[in-house]
Amino acid sequence: MSGYLIIRNLTVRLRSGPVILRSVSLNVAAGQVHGLVGESGAGKSMIGKAVLGTLPRALQITGGEIWLDGVDLLSLSAAERRRRIGATAALIPQDPLTALNPSKRIGPQITRRLIDILGWTKQAAEARALELLDEVQIPNAARVMRSYPHELSGGMRQRILIASAFAAEPKLIIADEPTTALDVTVQKQILRLIAQMQARHGTALLFVTHDLGVVSKVCDTLSVLYAGKVVEEARMQRFFMRPIHSYSRALLSATPSYEDPLGSLTPVSDTVIEEVEAEVRWHDARAGT
Amino acid sequence: MTLLRNILIRLLTTLVTLIGVAVIVFVVIRVVPGNPIAMMLPPGATEADIARLQTQYGFDKSIFEQFVIWLGGVMQGDFGTSISLRQPVAGLVLGRLPATLELSIFALSIAIVIGGTMALLGTRYRDTKTEGAVDISAGMALSIPDFLWGLVLILLFGVLWPVFHISGRISPALNIDFNTNFYFFEALVRLRFDVLADLIGHMFMPALALAIPLAAIIAQLLKQSLKETMHLDYVTLARTKGYGENHVITREALPNAILPTLTLVGVQFTFLIGGTVIIERLFSYEGLGNMAIDAVINRDLPLIQGIVILFALLFTIVNLVVDMLYVVLNPRLRHA
Repeated sequence: MSGYLIIRNLTVRLRSGPVILRSVSLNVAAGQVHGLVGESGAGKSMIGKAVLGTLPRALQITGGEIWLDGVDLLSLSAAERRRRIGATAALIPQDPLTALNPSKRIGPQITRRLIDILGWTKQAAEARALELLDEVQIPNAARVMRSYPHELSGGMRQRILIASAFAAEPKLIIADEPTTALDVTVQKQILRLIAQMQARHGTALLFVTHDLGVVSKVCDTLSVLYAGKVVEEARMQRFFMRPIHSYSRALLSATPSYEDPLGSLTPVSDTVIEEVEAEVRWHDARAGT
Repeated sequence: MTLLRNILIRLLTTLVTLIGVAVIVFVVIRVVPGNPIAMMLPPGATEADIARLQTQYGFDKSIFEQFVIWLGGVMQGDFGTSISLRQPVAGLVLGRLPATLELSIFALSIAIVIGGTMALLGTRYRDTKTEGAVDISAGMALSIPDFLWGLVLILLFGVLWPVFHISGRISPALNIDFNTNFYFFEALVRLRFDVLADLIGHMFMPALALAIPLAAIIAQLLKQSLKETMHLDYVTLARTKGYGENHVITREALPNAILPTLTLVGVQFTFLIGGTVIIERLFSYEGLGNMAIDAVINRDLPLIQGIVILFALLFTIVNLVVDMLYVVLNPRLRHA
């Protein structure tokens, strides 16, 4: 296995016992986009949080490895892990309305980490922020830098968060449902922007979403998650041509296609759910939980 | 333009508040039993003596007439003459104001330092025994009123381990020739550290007694809003940037979490000023509160009125300052 982010047999549980992620393995190659799809509650966001070290306190990692840039994050001390993540990875959050600090101006929210964590000078950091705001097509970047979040629209804020994520040239970006909270009209633009930025900067991207349509547009590879278990991992084309797992097939036929948006959709059938539930139970039995 | 309008509205409401307070105090202290003239005269005074004094102080007129006369004086800065001390009320009250202001501000500072530290510690070590300790001590501090804390402190630091002065504002032996009654601030400006130490020695216990309940309120509320803020997305995002817990709490969460606490501290600070009345009595501290109790005992109506109006003015000023701070700290209100 080679890749910039390698997750092996990652198991996450609630401290009270129940399993959230069941021995998840996945691989994001350098410069590639890996989609992580599943219905809500499947644990897809938890994978991102586990990598970034922002799991809720009620959850804990009970097994597995997370290799980022050749280092097993879980073998580091908490402080070392934090610095490592801060220097090599970044997050594009789900809701741009809550992800910017309401009492701080935009400028410092982009530049502070460059100055504090990476030791840039103030001038260099500000120049970099301006450059990135231009890159994400924000008009009047200098004025926006002095604005407070509440003065900007949701789409603008998401652009700012994208610019901020790319500011330190991370090797890995985790985008956690980055378009879910936006207007449908803005969604497309933001999606295109993320894809452009990823291609230009050559960043590895872990794209968490429940929308297979979105995945088909931006991803190279993908993992399908059900109840905290990866049921299928595939390259994009193969997945859409010949999905192997019956749950993947059911998911695909439940997704409206862009070519024929009014075509008939099939809900995921009970038989498929039973099948995949049985698989999860079998996994749990084998893992002795 | 809107700013000017806001200020005008604010001044107008302040004025209405003060007049309302004046009317209530004026009527209430004249309706309750107890004759100020009877308190002044020795036993055995004749009816004629009483009538003469009644006329001299205007108590023979109706309450409404008295109020109009008093208000007329107030408009010209004349708050009447104290019956018991036989001096102009304005001078007496303003002379005592600095002592009470210094005590209240000192108490507020102690409360903010203690309460803030407890809140930050409780958040930093949340869901551990440290947070439990913060909760328990805040609960205990709140369940005991300030004057009882005063007695406890006197017992501890005045009797068992006498390190602080238990009464007065300043040692009489100390030679000070200050221009103002703001001893603390003047000593600070003049770098008179001997005076400063003496003042703190006197002020510490009454200020701490006033501060403990407020500190507990600050600790509980600030910790609660900090903990809620810690779950928000921008805090999580800051963590992924490589910032540690301390930075995340003080730089990301605190500026936002402090807003609800600020409002409450404003309200509670006015209660604290009210609390000085009893605490100053307990520690024989020569402030407004102590004077207020004497004024009530002596039925010194003009003095009571003057003190109450001044307290009311203080409360409105505190509220105004809190509102202004709120706008400074919350950018979302700045353009509104």
